[in-house]
Amino acid sequence: MNKLQAETLSGVATKKKSKEPVVEITNLRKGFGQQEVLKNISLQLFTGENLVVLGKSGSGKSVLIKCVVGLLNPEGGKVEVLGQNVSTLTRETLGELRKKIGFLFQSGALYDSMTVKQNLEFPLKRIKKDLTEKEREEKITEVLENVGLADAMYKMPSQLSGGMRKRISLARTIVVDPMIMLYDEPTTGLDPITSDEISSLINEVQGKYKTSSIIITHDIKCAQNTANRMVMLHEGEVYMEGKLADYEHSTDPFIQAFFK
Amino acid sequence: MKKIDPAFKIKGFATKQSVRLSEKTLAKTEKAGNYLTDLADVVLFLGKVFRETFSRDFEFKEFLRQCFQIGYKSLPLISITGAIMGIVLTIQSRPVLVNFGAVTLLPGMVAISLIREMGPVITGLICAGKIGSGMGAELGSMKVTEQIDAMEVSSTNPIRFLVVTRILAATLMIPLLILYADALGIFGSWAGANLKGDVSFVLFFSQAFSHVTFMDLFPAVIKSFFFGAVIGTVGCYQGYNAGRGTESVGKAANSAVVLASLLVIIVDVVAVQITDMLRS
Repeated sequence: MNKLQAETLSGVATKKKSKEPVVEITNLRKGFGQQEVLKNISLQLFTGENLVVLGKSGSGKSVLIKCVVGLLNPEGGKVEVLGQNVSTLTRETLGELRKKIGFLFQSGALYDSMTVKQNLEFPLKRIKKDLTEKEREEKITEVLENVGLADAMYKMPSQLSGGMRKRISLARTIVVDPMIMLYDEPTTGLDPITSDEISSLINEVQGKYKTSSIIITHDIKCAQNTANRMVMLHEGEVYMEGKLADYEHSTDPFIQAFFK
Repeated sequence: MKKIDPAFKIKGFATKQSVRLSEKTLAKTEKAGNYLTDLADVVLFLGKVFRETFSRDFEFKEFLRQCFQIGYKSLPLISITGAIMGIVLTIQSRPVLVNFGAVTLLPGMVAISLIREMGPVITGLICAGKIGSGMGAELGSMKVTEQIDAMEVSSTNPIRFLVVTRILAATLMIPLLILYADALGIFGSWAGANLKGDVSFVLFFSQAFSHVTFMDLFPAVIKSFFFGAVIGTVGCYQGYNAGRGTESVGKAANSAVVLASLLVIIVDVVAVQITDMLRS
């Protein structure tokens, strides 16, 4: 058992989940043209939990977390992150709020023209401005070790495999110690072994960095491995909310079709 | 057979016609609306660029990197085209000048035409192709692969980091590339002149520059800055506003070249008119 795994287990064991929501979504509506993607979504993410949002492709899962981080503006309803209504914030205040949010993109979204080290330095220089060069270097080495890719520091993104890109992308997100993590399809396009490794990393991040996370996925195995609580979206609405066991024992044909 | 009242027939025809007309009107209105929306997007984009240009946290390192990419990495292409411009212009015009017994005017004629018009426009068009398409494709692919979104959620303003630095670098480097192309063009002209005769380097250059005045060089340099700004802005706008699919990357690169080339020519026409007014 490595140091991080040990810390994770102890973190999970000692964690007292408070019932204070860090993200609160109320009656969220969002559409594109004539198509209404999110109809009336309400959900909460509590401190220290991993909330998995499940749903078919095109059910609006990614749109949901893009509204949380302010990349998309909702047409109705309210998205509150750490007590602040995202859609009413000024650009500067939103920028400050985003410093506390990590977003793992589906494609990884690594900057092609930069090395792995520069990719990690990019947010670090802008968000943790008070760090010295040596401290930055140490921080980068630490997170790269945590994702098991310390030797990839000077590689270009084009030299990395899909799983490595996801890990580096995760490292770039956690390097600034976010309070909230948003994972957009973290295991899509990966083989089952790498998918399991990414799921374990998500749990390790939760344990070590005490993050509260929303994990968007349609990968049931990833959901089973990471979820403290699950929300199922269907046709733009919350179809079911509960623990993993509730889903597994559900007699609803739609839920059963998902968990088969 | 049921008899149809002729008045009813006319009424029906009129209704169909009016429906067709109203459809056409609607389509035209929609088209006009789209143009207006596009125009509003351009104005908004320029407004954001202008605001971020004068913001406190200027990305100086990225600006220098872009200067290197746009300026230094374009040197081989600009060197070859600049020299060829001079050689071709000399080879084409020498026989005509010989017929008129005015071959001594060759260096001056080449220098003036290169500095005033050929150097800026041809280099501008080449830069529109190389730099404009590069910016369109790079920013377009960054958009498609969510890198711009990633930048935004990292509390970095992508307009400030990606767009402002590129536009300013293009505005600064393209005039320098144009002056460099002019110099190489005159050098190429000397080489071309030596293909059919024997002219010393010093004599050729002193002849060339004895005809060039401040009013030849100054307006050309000023319009070069506009060429740079136009190429940078169009390239960045097309890339930054690319769609979400990979097809849109190609479209962004293509439309960046076409629009930038067109605007370079339009700016040139306007600049020539203004210069002409100033001269007269």
